[in-house]
Amino acid sequence: MPHIHLTEGVPGILGPMLFRPETAKPLNELAEVLLRGHSTLSPGERELIATYVSAENDCYFCQTVHGAVAAHHLGGNEDLVLKTKTNPSTAPVSPKLKALLEIAGKVQKGGKSVLPDDIDQARQLGATDLEIHDTVLIAAAFCMYNRYVDGLATWAPDNPEMYRAQGARLATQGYLNSTEGVAAASHA
Amino acid sequence: MAHIKLAEGLPGIRGLFAFRPETARPLCELAEVLLHQPNSLSAADRELIATYVSSQNDCSYCQKSHGAIAAHHLGGNEVTVDEVKKSPSTAAIPDKLKALLAIAGKVQKGGTHVQPEDIEKARKQGATDEEIHDVVLIAAAFCMYNRYVDGLGTWAPEDLASYRERAAAVATGGYLRIPATIG
Repeated sequence: MPHIHLTEGVPGILGPMLFRPETAKPLNELAEVLLRGHSTLSPGERELIATYVSAENDCYFCQTVHGAVAAHHLGGNEDLVLKTKTNPSTAPVSPKLKALLEIAGKVQKGGKSVLPDDIDQARQLGATDLEIHDTVLIAAAFCMYNRYVDGLATWAPDNPEMYRAQGARLATQGYLNSTEGVAAASHA
Repeated sequence: MAHIKLAEGLPGIRGLFAFRPETARPLCELAEVLLHQPNSLSAADRELIATYVSSQNDCSYCQKSHGAIAAHHLGGNEVTVDEVKKSPSTAAIPDKLKALLAIAGKVQKGGTHVQPEDIEKARKQGATDEEIHDVVLIAAAFCMYNRYVDGLGTWAPEDLASYRERAAAVATGGYLRIPATIG
């Protein structure tokens, strides 16, 4: 049961977002810019970073829903998502993405864990300053979203179909209106 | 030296805001709602929570800048800020704030560390659902801001005077003016 009174039947972060629309707005805007805004990293790559960090933080809802968004962007390849979140260094992703996932993993442990060598490695594989910036901020932001979701003990369904449907919806429609759909559904 | 090329002379998160205005906007809006807009928790209480979490994350820039803002809201009382950073349970603050800081400390370790007993304790001291929500999100948000600032190796001034000066402006004007001032 959640630690505070949230609308029943609303999964994960959507519960606290409905509870407090004033903070939901910047939280959704940040996700939209980082995960779907203009970037030289594909939405699939960025969602894999979000999924990996959420898995490292052991946040079931976030790793499952963003894993589903990533899989949708990657042509339904759920196996790639599973391999990436389990062990990025052996996953069938590009060397550049491996180096960025390495940086994201360091950020998850703490900002100071990121060392110049980690940055150099990513740079040698073609990562730009903007890509490094966005990787660090995606990883940092998921250290927030994951704690928000679990720190309030929100409800996480275990139905894979729900996550696939939600993943497809977020991948195609984005994050800005994520709570509007839920609000409408809960009134229906 | 920062891990990426940032404008010189802008310390901590400010160099990052200048580098990427698209993400600066929601980051500042979130801080504005959580720390500055009217709330049943005082601005001082909320800045103390931000300072405590930043200190637990060992983020020099964030704990100094938000510690200075907290002190400004407390009429310049830097002693209480230091006490809260070192040991919230023995600091000269109300029991309700102690219970909320205990929740924030659990969130810093990881979301699942927060137990029903922690919430019960805060509720017995009068904390509302809205206040508990905001404390969890302030603590979670500073686990982001702190990692953003240190994960990109930004620079933090040693001299406390520069933090005090900016604290007065942020304490009165809020966080939305920040992107404009560095634009």
